[in-house]
Amino acid sequence: MADKWTNHKSHINLVSPANKRLIDVIVVGTGLAGASASATLAELGYNVKTFCFQDSPRRAHSIAAQGGINAAKNYQGDGDSTYRLFYDTIKGGDYRSREANVHRLAEVSTNIIDQCVAQGVPFARDYGGLLDNRSFGGVLVSRTFYAKGQTGQQLLLGAYSAMNRQIGRGKIKMYNRHEMMDIVLVDGKARGIITRNLVNGQIERHGAHAVVIASGGYGNVFFLSTNAMGSNVSAGWKIHKKGAHFANPCFTQIHPTCIPVSGDHQSKLTLMSESLRNDGRIWVPKNIEDVNAIREGKLKPTEIAEENRDYYLERRYPAFGNLVPRDVASRAAKERCDAGYGVNKTGEAVYLDFASAIMRYGKEQAHVKGLNENDAVLVKKLGQDVVRAKYGNLFQMYEKIVDQNPYETPMMIYPAVHYTMGGVWVDYNLMTSIPGCYAIGEANFSDHGANRLGASALMQGLADGYFVLPYTIGDYLASDIRTGAIDTNTPEFEAAEKAVKDQIDAFVNNNGKNSVDSYHRKLGKIMWNKCGMSRNAEGLKEAIAEIKALREDFYKNVNVPGKANEFNEQLAKAGRVADFLELGELFAKDALERTESCGGHFREESQTPEGEALRDDENFTFVSAWEYKGEPSEAVLVKEDLNYEEIEVKTRSYK
Amino acid sequence: MNLTLKIWRQANADATGSIETYPIENVSPDMSFLEMMDVLNEELIGKGIDPVAFDHDCREGICGMCSMYINGEAHGPDRLVTTCQLHMRKFKDGDTITIEPFRANAFPVVKDLAVDRSAFDRIQHAGGFVSVNTSGNTQDANAIPIDKHDADKAFDAATCIGCGACVASCKNASAMLFVSAKVSQYALLPQGKVEATDRVLNMVKQMDEEGFGNCTNTGACEVECPKGISLENIARMNREYLSASLKG
Repeated sequence: MADKWTNHKSHINLVSPANKRLIDVIVVGTGLAGASASATLAELGYNVKTFCFQDSPRRAHSIAAQGGINAAKNYQGDGDSTYRLFYDTIKGGDYRSREANVHRLAEVSTNIIDQCVAQGVPFARDYGGLLDNRSFGGVLVSRTFYAKGQTGQQLLLGAYSAMNRQIGRGKIKMYNRHEMMDIVLVDGKARGIITRNLVNGQIERHGAHAVVIASGGYGNVFFLSTNAMGSNVSAGWKIHKKGAHFANPCFTQIHPTCIPVSGDHQSKLTLMSESLRNDGRIWVPKNIEDVNAIREGKLKPTEIAEENRDYYLERRYPAFGNLVPRDVASRAAKERCDAGYGVNKTGEAVYLDFASAIMRYGKEQAHVKGLNENDAVLVKKLGQDVVRAKYGNLFQMYEKIVDQNPYETPMMIYPAVHYTMGGVWVDYNLMTSIPGCYAIGEANFSDHGANRLGASALMQGLADGYFVLPYTIGDYLASDIRTGAIDTNTPEFEAAEKAVKDQIDAFVNNNGKNSVDSYHRKLGKIMWNKCGMSRNAEGLKEAIAEIKALREDFYKNVNVPGKANEFNEQLAKAGRVADFLELGELFAKDALERTESCGGHFREESQTPEGEALRDDENFTFVSAWEYKGEPSEAVLVKEDLNYEEIEVKTRSYK
Repeated sequence: MNLTLKIWRQANADATGSIETYPIENVSPDMSFLEMMDVLNEELIGKGIDPVAFDHDCREGICGMCSMYINGEAHGPDRLVTTCQLHMRKFKDGDTITIEPFRANAFPVVKDLAVDRSAFDRIQHAGGFVSVNTSGNTQDANAIPIDKHDADKAFDAATCIGCGACVASCKNASAMLFVSAKVSQYALLPQGKVEATDRVLNMVKQMDEEGFGNCTNTGACEVECPKGISLENIARMNREYLSASLKG
């Protein structure tokens, strides 16, 4: 295992520099994976065409990742190693990820940090000028590199800058405000895509020798999530419908620390970084009378005495405390709120409290500066300054949204959909089941199993884009050096383009009565209530039937205003919601057939007496890869068995 | 609360635009400004009126896509926020709110409130990078210690989200704050110093070619910047530019 990636790289086929100049590669999406892959492929000499639906590649939603990026650098000397990162990731994923992929991820993690520093990414540093680290959930070392609460932004701008250099050299042709509408296969191989120019509505054909999908996750199937408004599954779903298997769609991450829903007008949810759990303590009142008084506005959380607080994560999981993995923390919050201890009007919020961290840091600062450690006002001020330096932008964001000052009163948080571990199935080379079509970053399924650890999404996106795909793609392209330029005036492109135009015409001429958003909201409600933090057979069967009915209603009654040949956001959204309405059904089917609980997938029928998730390794140690057969619920299951050679499969415990 | 919205409507880049007036009722103070716009658009769609086009994506103040000029201020009356993070509690019942796109010659209107900011991308193509290939053989990340103060300043400059509020707020439509933020980030880091001379010359040249105005140090950009990018960066870029010009 330790040598597998090195050996693989040494033996796969290569394309000569002279031939790379003759090969075109399409990349869809400019988040960490897409931007880093585009830049690296162009550096290697390929002609790259990159597409994003935003007005600039810099806006892709990786930009919003807050807390950090993991790497097994062991700069803190706390016993970290490639093996430990590999082990933590497999365990964190509840033994449902592919060992070889995860080991490779842990191996290249250190290169990512070196590369980003060389690009001028301003990571946080200590006073000695060296890189600083923090801890994230589910691990016992500090291996997370960060740039305040804007790590994703800084890493994405680094990858964007690498792209800019290649755009300037003419090696990347960038298509902003373009949406991929479908993939085109010729003789079973990916040979191009059909796009829609979102400014003027023009439908375009683009040919290439390989197509890379880096379009992110599908959390927006829930309508409310921490994803950007435009995040969608369409690129992944379109290739699924053309033959790419879709793996583990039900593996969704519900992030424990998000700002609670405030009302029906809500369009999206905002994450409060997991890094806050380094210093914040999560609690609800012990006594139901206090809960009621808080909800009625008669009591403030700061007035509740220490002994009347239930720090339920510290109580249930003493070894990891507030830093248990996300799935565990989310379920624990749900358990308390379902029991009636939620602390806002809707009963769906718990406290994330920084008071003790502020005092701890304040005392430390007072000591360092030789000031009075017993002066509570001074200590609080000094402590607040430390917390501001670490998480200032997050605190500011919270205050703007909720209109409360988290330096003075605990934050209120609740779990929300954040990330999707499932995605397009890929092999070790990151190729999908369509030859020449690749999927990288959150769009694929491979590295996080049933639950992703914090600060590992950035690591995986950049690992795939900088250090894996640019080399593995050569193995396939080596046999394509005699193909020549891809002709887009062929029946295959014609047919794909016609299908796209037909769907658009159908939407704009539908003249229905319900808005696109009304369907998206309804779908989100079904998903959240029946495919959310806990799932059961009955609910999932209902979800499948309800989504199917909603989809039929959508095609009959959706109203898409405006025309096809103009800037028309409703039209773009209609296409995305149409795909969510199909994915949602497959999602529920996948969740129904996986009768075990694992990671973020909690089946009520499969739990321990203490209410912890109960895996069924005998029957479910496999990846569920679904093959499209017309209707989503008719998809055929292709099992990829997971074999663990390096790591012993055990019950996951954070106690 | 009930509000009157006066919104710039323009079908496309070539069309002539005008202000249209729309009343909106029952706006919750907890809504974000864009959620209020969503409600308006749902109402317009119901009435058969073309919804108002505007750019938006992350809705958490970091992607830099939203770009409304509200009551004469880029991103509206609140400080250190983008339009998506502006909440309706900053307004009161009965208010009239005027909403326009970010205006500048270098930012042509795409439709209604959406503008084309690709000029910013082109400035970055001219030099907003460190020329280092991905190889897996770069030196160890801790090989060069960086003074924490410099690293922090570089970070502060690097938090620019490229929204264009600085340009929209400037009476000259100057892009100096945007360009200087990138130049400063690299100028403060050892990794960026190698190409510093070419970078500042090329980026400023591209900025001028895009048709942005000159800087007259009024400081409106700093006031309206949702990320608090400091004018210090402009001073630093001027120093960089001067020394590069003398070398060149």
